[in-house]
Amino acid sequence: MEHIRLPKVENVRLLDRVSPRRSRVGTLYLTATHTIFVENEEGVRNETWVFHSLVCSVEKQGVTASGCPLLIHCKNFQVLHFVIPREQECHDVLQSLQRLSQPESYEELYCFSYKPNVDEDERRREWDFLDLKADYSRLGLPNSLWKLSPVNQRYKVSDTYPADLFVPESATPPVIVGSSKFRSRGRFPTLSYYSKENHAAICRSSQPLSGFSARCLEDEQMLEAILRSNPRSDFMYVVDTRPKLNAIANRAAGKGYENEDNYSNIKFQFIGIENIHVMRNSQQKMLEVCELRSPSMSDFLEGLENSGWLRHIKAVLDAGIFIAKAVAEEGVSVLVHCSDGWDRTAQVCSVASVLLDPYYRTLRGLMVLIEKDWISFGHKFTHRCNHLVGDPKEVSPIIDQFLECVWQLMEQFPCAFEFNERFLITIQSHIYSCQFGNFIGNNQRERTELRLNERTHSLWSYLWTNRADYINPLYRPDHSQTQGLLRPSTAPYCFKFWRGLYNRFDRGMHPRQSVEDYLSAIQEETQQLEEQLASHKQKIAQLEKEQEWKSVTQKNTTFDKSPTAWARGDDLDLANTPQDYTGGFITSSPSQPKAPEGSLILLNQDLKQTSEFNLSNGSDQESGIADLSCRSPLSEDSTRDPDSDEAAYSAA
Amino acid sequence: MEFSEHIKTANVEDVVLRQPLHPPSRGTLCITGHHLLFSDREEGSSRQVLLLLKNIDAIEKSVENLLAYSGLFSSAGHTERISGSSGTITMKCKDLRVLQLDIPGMEQCLNIAHSIETLSCLDRAPEMYPFFYRPSDLSLQDQWGLSSPEKQYSQMKEIHDRWRLSTVNRDYSVCLSYPPAVIVPRNTGDEVLKKVAKFRQGGRFPVLCYYHKKNGMVIMRSSQPLPGANRKRCREDEDLLQAVMDGSDKGYIIDTRSSQQALQARMTGGGFESKSCYSSWKRLHRQMERGKALQESLIKLVEACGDESHNMDRWLSKLENSKWLSHIQTALSTAGLLAECVERDGHSVLVHGSEGKDSTLLISTLAQLIMDPCCRTLEGFLALLEREWVQAGHPFMQRCAHSAFSHARLQQESPVFLLLLDCVWQLWRQFPLALGFSEALLLRLATEAYASNYGTFLCNNHQERCSQGVTKKTHCLFQALLRPRERDYYSNPLYEPTELAIWPSVHPQSLQLWRGFFLRWTKQTRHLEEAQEEIRNMVIEWGKLALS
Repeated sequence: MEHIRLPKVENVRLLDRVSPRRSRVGTLYLTATHTIFVENEEGVRNETWVFHSLVCSVEKQGVTASGCPLLIHCKNFQVLHFVIPREQECHDVLQSLQRLSQPESYEELYCFSYKPNVDEDERRREWDFLDLKADYSRLGLPNSLWKLSPVNQRYKVSDTYPADLFVPESATPPVIVGSSKFRSRGRFPTLSYYSKENHAAICRSSQPLSGFSARCLEDEQMLEAILRSNPRSDFMYVVDTRPKLNAIANRAAGKGYENEDNYSNIKFQFIGIENIHVMRNSQQKMLEVCELRSPSMSDFLEGLENSGWLRHIKAVLDAGIFIAKAVAEEGVSVLVHCSDGWDRTAQVCSVASVLLDPYYRTLRGLMVLIEKDWISFGHKFTHRCNHLVGDPKEVSPIIDQFLECVWQLMEQFPCAFEFNERFLITIQSHIYSCQFGNFIGNNQRERTELRLNERTHSLWSYLWTNRADYINPLYRPDHSQTQGLLRPSTAPYCFKFWRGLYNRFDRGMHPRQSVEDYLSAIQEETQQLEEQLASHKQKIAQLEKEQEWKSVTQKNTTFDKSPTAWARGDDLDLANTPQDYTGGFITSSPSQPKAPEGSLILLNQDLKQTSEFNLSNGSDQESGIADLSCRSPLSEDSTRDPDSDEAAYSAA
Repeated sequence: MEFSEHIKTANVEDVVLRQPLHPPSRGTLCITGHHLLFSDREEGSSRQVLLLLKNIDAIEKSVENLLAYSGLFSSAGHTERISGSSGTITMKCKDLRVLQLDIPGMEQCLNIAHSIETLSCLDRAPEMYPFFYRPSDLSLQDQWGLSSPEKQYSQMKEIHDRWRLSTVNRDYSVCLSYPPAVIVPRNTGDEVLKKVAKFRQGGRFPVLCYYHKKNGMVIMRSSQPLPGANRKRCREDEDLLQAVMDGSDKGYIIDTRSSQQALQARMTGGGFESKSCYSSWKRLHRQMERGKALQESLIKLVEACGDESHNMDRWLSKLENSKWLSHIQTALSTAGLLAECVERDGHSVLVHGSEGKDSTLLISTLAQLIMDPCCRTLEGFLALLEREWVQAGHPFMQRCAHSAFSHARLQQESPVFLLLLDCVWQLWRQFPLALGFSEALLLRLATEAYASNYGTFLCNNHQERCSQGVTKKTHCLFQALLRPRERDYYSNPLYEPTELAIWPSVHPQSLQLWRGFFLRWTKQTRHLEEAQEEIRNMVIEWGKLALS
């Protein structure tokens, strides 16, 4: 609490990003965990809650006549634009938020104080919801080719790896330890995915410490062992996900990549995915484009191109496809690495798994996959997501890119995924929110030390409990799109800008009606009807009970579709609101008439029109005028009138 | 038939057809006066491809002479099997499909290519296929078209006290591109209309196109006035607009040109309604692209979609550079503005650009879709197209003569109608439950406008259609689309009528490339179609259960 300099500010305005003249007035509260804005308007209890952990940056802008603007950017891409009446208050809020959003120790994180009404037994069970060993045994492991190795039990060999690792049957502890000494951070080659059908595997590691000429017999034996664990194949791919130039540069630092001459039967391949710094800058540029107030189509597309974001997404997906095809179509095992093997490697392995295995396209499957390839293998969530105050150069949206790759695939295969876009967006939000313990810490060792599963709640069981919200109504386990390997196109035109995530809070931009919600309602209704029909048939003999059921059925057949017709209840207003049709893209807007005072119009019409007119028109007209006054198509900023005689002459 | 003189080789065996989404197949190729017919030779799976020659936008041919027989060919006529020569014809269609034929025999290949080139460019309406197409379930005795201005007027009882049906144009002498009957202010006489017509380009004097029941306001459309450099005035024109005012304090004129363009138009005899002469009308200028620029935009976009380089930056830059999505954005926001003036601001609007046959129709159509629930049903939408495009004189023949692939020099081509369909698609994306028709309908219309079995999109205006016999000797597409089976297929299973206006978002993030059309022949689009099918099935299953 000591960080809160000012718990409450009155008369704060919250501006609408898309049409800034639309604003709400209310009270801003700072609590230990949230920033809360409560709208003043009578009757509506409109509240905006923002986790401090989601705050990415706070920025105070120059004082204006109306107050001091405060801009808050969030990690879930919400942008809040407040105007605070007095500069001192604004300054205090800024100082408080800057401190609150950058905790110095884990103990300050929200997950340790988040206490929903759940008893301890149940809380413990939350953490048993996902079991990685169960997933490995689903893949058929251990078996005669792959074994569970105890070598990293106390994180002795690699402190960033999980304790349980699968290695080739023939890999002995000396080979593993030897190999780990030849790899950055001791991250030796280990199994990520295994294909039961053809024994091909995806393995992952960090880069070898090969420098210009160093060799390591054990590392060579390790790869040999991986190759031998795929009896039908006589070679394997080693995929370095970095651009070749970066890999070569690493050689100067005693790191680098595998020399094909030293390893028997490997095919070495570079796939140029850029590093975390490039990705961070790219996302920053893209977000700047998203935030343009009224960009023209060209501004937007040029900005999107210059950000390079979609190019990077395509690179990750291309790499995933390469690996998935090697495994599924060629039956060849693949070893994937980048530098440390916890960013690009995690992206590429998990994308490949989604493409390969329909299980990872289910709700539970995607959770398992993130738990495995990201959490257990030591993606540095604390650093990448900036949970604690730290080096800004360590921050990078690597996991966002993975989620986006999944989304891009969902857009191409609408029937192949059990979950919907909302599922991905919710996960994205909670990766950063620190409400749950799952994404705290940089690796398993840290998480064990923090005793997260004793002290926090798990996101996975929360998502599972609410799974009804995350189901894709078009998913069919038996659909042809769902079967086996997904073969997406990576033609550039197949990639879309993910409005649903990056402009998530700009509701005016989204479709006003949701097909998905509509279908979900229909699906639920269909299910109910089917059940009723079944029990109907069962009891049809019993005359008494039949009567009873009939009434129930009747109630349900009058199912009203319309509540789902508009995306969300509270969007109804919005749905019927014209957009800002003047935008910034129209170069000339001469002779714009002055917007008449709302009351004036009504008055005029009252005088001149019949009463019937007013009756039919009433409220709609009113809301229309209220709206007009804050937008520009017919508004006051009129420019030069070409109609005037001077203009005509000068043209003549 | 005289077509035979263009067909030197009517049949070729052993032709390989390559088309998107199908494996190559071998079979017999047959050329008729209007069609290219390919039938699969494989037993059992007799697949046929029937392609309207009119659909072919451009062809590329290449012949190869494998052996040294070339000297023999020139003299001998029997070039058939013994030769090692062969040819390939690539046909690029107006529906953006690209087909390829591998034809054995150089001469046959050249003959076929020649036939396609000639027959796909027939430009006299009575020679075209709609005059020969006779489906069994449609009768030529039926009334042609869904409605007529007379019918429309008689159905709109509420406007009779202020508007009348004028037949001043019954012999097309006042305006060649208008239908014989139009709706005009009640107290504006035919003599006045004749004078107004002289003051408007092409005689397109202001006529009523939409009456907003909620507040009695209207949309009218016309062509530009003709004050010219001398700033001529036309009292009758001013009076006509004043008559529309009918006590209201003001009206808006939406000019689909920039103010600069409008000023420049004076130099060539055109112009705009000046403030001094039309004091109660406020002009709003919105620059909309038209004509050649729009055609070039389409060409660039289609070229970008065919780029195989798989380079993201290049794609985005080409997409941007084509400006197609910018045109979508402008059209939708101008239509939004128009609808806002009428629905929100409660004033009547006159829309025009220069000729009043292109962008004018585009935004008046879109505004009606935004405001009027009646236009959003399948029937209502087709009636809207008939009224605002076919009857209102959009010159389909000129605008749709060629599409994105043609090498022919551009003349009057411009994909305004396609732009409309794309805008409607954007509306459908944003309000997937509010429109009674499906994407499939938009795709069908996009194809039919360029090559059709029906007469609906033949000719440039009503006068031409009557004089060429289109209304007597062809069938009407709109009627065909309302047959039960078609109606079912083209309906939106999720349709939920709403009385509310549907205001589209025009943010760049909200507008998308119409993949269903521009990338129609790719596998990805198939996946999306499967999803649509799944949706239809779900709704049907639900409907069945709910009924039982």
